Amino acid sequence: MLEARQRRRGIAVAALSTALTVAALIILIPLAPGWEKVRKSFFDGEILIKTFPRLVEAFLIDIAVFAWCAPLIAIWGLVIALCRDARSPSLYPLRLFAIIYNDLFRGVPIILVIYLLGFGIPGLGLPRPWNSPYIWGSVALILSYSAYVAEVYRSGIESVHESQRAAAKSLGLSHADVMRFVVLPQAIRRVIPASMNNLISLQKDVALISFVGPVEVLRQAGIEKSLLANFTPYVGAAILFLAVTVPATRAVDRMMTRQKLQRS
Amino acid sequence: MRAKLQLVDVWKSFGDNSVCNGINLTVETGELVCLIGASGSGKSTILRCINLLEPIDDGQILLDGADISASELDPRSIRQRVGLVFQSFNLFPHMTALENVQLAPRRVLRRPEVEIRKQAEELFERFGLADRMKYYPDQLSGGQQQRVAIIRALAMTPEVMLLDEITSALDPELVGEVLDVVRRLKSEGMTMILATHEMAFAREAADRVCFLDQGRVIEEGPPEVMFKSPREARTRAFLQRVLVTL
Repeated sequence: MLEARQRRRGIAVAALSTALTVAALIILIPLAPGWEKVRKSFFDGEILIKTFPRLVEAFLIDIAVFAWCAPLIAIWGLVIALCRDARSPSLYPLRLFAIIYNDLFRGVPIILVIYLLGFGIPGLGLPRPWNSPYIWGSVALILSYSAYVAEVYRSGIESVHESQRAAAKSLGLSHADVMRFVVLPQAIRRVIPASMNNLISLQKDVALISFVGPVEVLRQAGIEKSLLANFTPYVGAAILFLAVTVPATRAVDRMMTRQKLQRS
Repeated sequence: MRAKLQLVDVWKSFGDNSVCNGINLTVETGELVCLIGASGSGKSTILRCINLLEPIDDGQILLDGADISASELDPRSIRQRVGLVFQSFNLFPHMTALENVQLAPRRVLRRPEVEIRKQAEELFERFGLADRMKYYPDQLSGGQQQRVAIIRALAMTPEVMLLDEITSALDPELVGEVLDVVRRLKSEGMTMILATHEMAFAREAADRVCFLDQGRVIEEGPPEVMFKSPREARTRAFLQRVLVTL
């Protein structure tokens, strides 16, 4: 009873303070001297309605690039993580490769990788379709993101207790089978929520490939901006990204909470 | 008669920590040998070395007279012949009891699926767990989990079973059901080494008891001699300490 009353009171306080803050913003921001100009160039409803369909169309490219990059990142990241985990001395070159790879791609800004591959490789004069900026922009995203995803996998692999490997080895399983049947199934289950966060940032970073050519939503918004001399299309693009990332973030949060509950 | 398993002057250290300082141990076919001694006396390490989970620094481990510690051998072929059961069960939590048991016969022995299934069901039946095959480890009691772990090792039809303090992680009321399994295996002629703190069980069921201290076998003999009139002062001191609490 008391608890319910306290909760009701908490909700009331939260609602009131939110309302006050929003009211203050609505009243205060228009008082700024440049507000009228900003409102016209960023929040023009008519322009938004006019350009939105074309933005949605361009956004489909973002989704397509995301859709083919995500599974490839999951696979390539796993390969890197497995190389990194190679324990036998004869496999040290693989391990070294994974270490250097991760240092390299986590140390260089993604946009730089996109520029280098997106402009550099087509410059080799490859025949069509191998000079497509879609391919090399995607490859850049895959290479960079795999480095982060590999680290997530690795933390999962290391979280599986050594005694699990010992038990599997003691039964005569090969190293590959120990990984495949005992370690990885447990590791991957544990890192799914963390990898989801990576997927959400990938969804946003897909926009970066526009810098080497593809007319996806960011680029399309830029074109509209130039035509109409108005920034509203950028706000439209932002709305499209939010429409995908916010529900995805909530879903991941719920997943993480559920996993925490299961473990406790 | 040739011994089933023989350790000859086995040395093992982890960094500066010397765990086995010249272990000698012989186990005959069908024998149940109990290793007793304080924690850290080297009992677990010996068992892990016999299963080749740990390489030894010096000495020989002979299985049917052949040295299995030689590094050029494939450890996997030896591990099929020597089952190991752990204190903490180490069942695979993402698999059902049945899947735990079937994994190694499927991947290592590559027996036909029908045969694997039949053998696993027989084992569960034999050890009174037929109704628990489809359960996940976290749905089973500690005693049941340990029995599944024993079944998992038995499914490889090993010649020797190494049991590493298999009752130490169990609530007292669950110890009995696991020790019953050991009694049963002994009556069926399984060769076993059991590292244990269960002195009453060692006294009752062991063919031979070995007392370890600081990585050496200090004294060994039949349980009635070891528990009534040990020769060594260290054995007496240890037994006094643990038997008082019984």
